[in-house]
Amino acid sequence: MTLDLLPIGETARIVAVNWPALVPEEARRLRALGLEEGARVAVAHRGILGGRDPIAITVGRMTVAVRRAHAVAMNVELLERASI
Amino acid sequence: MSRPRKVALVGNPNAGKSALFNALTGARQKIANYPGVTVERKSGRLILPTGEPVEMTDLPGAYGLDPTSPDEEVTSKVISGHFPGEAAPDVLIVVLDASNLEQHLVFAQEVLALGKPAVVALNMVDLAERDGLVLDPAVLQEELGVRVVPTVAVRRRGLTELGEAIASAEARHPGPGLTNLTQTERRVAAHAMADAAILSESKRHRLHARLDRMLLNPWLGPVILLALLFVVFQAVFAWATPFADALDAGVSWLHDTVRALMPDGLLRDLITEGVISGVGSVVVFLPQIVILFAFILAMEASGYMARAAFLMDRMMAHVGLSGRSFIPLLSSFACAIPGIMATRSITDPKDRLTTILIAPMMTCSARLPVYAVIIAAFIPNTNVGGGVGLQGLVLLALYVAGVLGAMLVALVLRRSVTKGEASGFIMELPKYQLPRLKDMAIGLWQRAWIFLRRAGTIIFTVTVVLWILLNFPQAKPGESQVDVSIAGRLANGLAVVVEPIGFNRDMALALIPAMAAREVAVSSLATTYAVDAGDNEDQQAAELGDQLKSRWTLPMALAFLAWFVFAPQCMSTIAVTRRETNGWKWPAFMLAYLFGLAYVAAGATYWIAVAAGL
Repeated sequence: MTLDLLPIGETARIVAVNWPALVPEEARRLRALGLEEGARVAVAHRGILGGRDPIAITVGRMTVAVRRAHAVAMNVELLERASI
Repeated sequence: MSRPRKVALVGNPNAGKSALFNALTGARQKIANYPGVTVERKSGRLILPTGEPVEMTDLPGAYGLDPTSPDEEVTSKVISGHFPGEAAPDVLIVVLDASNLEQHLVFAQEVLALGKPAVVALNMVDLAERDGLVLDPAVLQEELGVRVVPTVAVRRRGLTELGEAIASAEARHPGPGLTNLTQTERRVAAHAMADAAILSESKRHRLHARLDRMLLNPWLGPVILLALLFVVFQAVFAWATPFADALDAGVSWLHDTVRALMPDGLLRDLITEGVISGVGSVVVFLPQIVILFAFILAMEASGYMARAAFLMDRMMAHVGLSGRSFIPLLSSFACAIPGIMATRSITDPKDRLTTILIAPMMTCSARLPVYAVIIAAFIPNTNVGGGVGLQGLVLLALYVAGVLGAMLVALVLRRSVTKGEASGFIMELPKYQLPRLKDMAIGLWQRAWIFLRRAGTIIFTVTVVLWILLNFPQAKPGESQVDVSIAGRLANGLAVVVEPIGFNRDMALALIPAMAAREVAVSSLATTYAVDAGDNEDQQAAELGDQLKSRWTLPMALAFLAWFVFAPQCMSTIAVTRRETNGWKWPAFMLAYLFGLAYVAAGATYWIAVAAGL
């Protein structure tokens, strides 16, 4: 599953990122914000007026807004609620 | 005596560096630009508890030493001593947001691995406590190998301890736990350190998560943003009126008093008609500017501005921009100058350039004097139903025309001049905070001062020069003063160019000095008609509005309004564009395309209005 499809409220771990699909500068910025392999993430908010862009992602205690195109490049696996 | 030691604040964006910098150095700050780049350099002086004075700089926020933006490049180069003309700092203060340790410790480790004398400020511990986090600074101190001081910049908590720590900070040999780590290894270490330092964490819902659920709600969020923008603009027009009226009365009183006190003559006319009326007609807009900036500063300080950017991103994406452009464009409704300066936060260079180029189309407060005078004179104050007045509707239409024009131009530019990859949108949404009154007051004062200085210099000079050009050479009896004057002759030349779009000689005359600043158009129309009236007391007493009504037709007035939606008549905007784009190419482009649009828009308005029989 890719991060953009993660239901709101579920927590997941990023298992793989298709870095070559992203603009290098943006890839570095995502990494710097902690959005990289191994990060525990959740989707907090998605789009406006029924759209699916942009997406607000919680990573650690921080909320980061990204475009859907960034989230599509990130593969995640769902985490059990107990492990949050 | 040797130079004072240099201390630099480093940390992630939103770590509270600026608040800490304000608390440490007070109001005595020097704000300038780093040479060659448009990144702000803030420095100030601090006396350590040992009595040693140090020079303190606030480095731009960064996520890492491997730069991804001009800001980060400056930070990285200054720390390593590679920034030309800037000595490397002797001591670093690494600022951490106490409630976001696992993120901020990543960059902290990278900085501490350099081995420079350093201190860690564990900042905003009060907000962490509010979120139910209890931290043990001693654990962090053990892990990082440097003094860790808990601080609350706003309440001046921990500042003395921080000063002592700076005084005693020494170079270290960072342990193997810090050096030679990859970014990912640092992140793992940051998590472990944060987990160890957090003694307890209550599960209660955090305030900002609850606020976000409402403010970023896909349906409610945009409605709240729209309502807020409506309140802002309502406030700008309604709340400012009593203050503007009071200022206006003050200006009239000064005008009449000086007129009564001084002997008849050219000097008296220069001071009353030229200086007092000219500068006064602009100063009355100070309340509106202050109110608009108060809202913008509060939205920024509270953290809501980033949410507004989130909500606006989808719309901006349609024209090839991102939500980041929303903040500069909103500021441009007050004034394009701070708006263009705020584009520095846009990381993508083409995005930034496009935003700079369209910023002057946002209806800035300098257009209000022009719009207000023309609308009051030509648009009847009738009610079109539901308590909505026709005058207000026309004003709204002018605002909308500017926004639509900007969106269209952005769309075209992104496909031609600033073509490139569609820009992304990656932005941290900071925690909500109550805006601090003192920081707001400092910000408002700085902006009000910039405006008044402009009124006192550019507008003063232009008004006086125009008055002189209008009064010399002196007309012989039977001749019209304006026709004979130098300004009148210049305007006759320009009038040939603007005649096809319906402008008369007086309008052409108003456009020349308004090149300095749009609002000057009003004072120059006032000056022109005052000079034209000469000694005719009846005519001189007539209000500017009545003067306009008797000399212009409705299509002419509408064309004049349409012209000012687009015309880039503001020297300061051109100057700041030159500075922000490092050359004359883009300001020249901006001038050319905006004058082109203004000409077409005014011409179309005039001929359509004439054809419609208005």
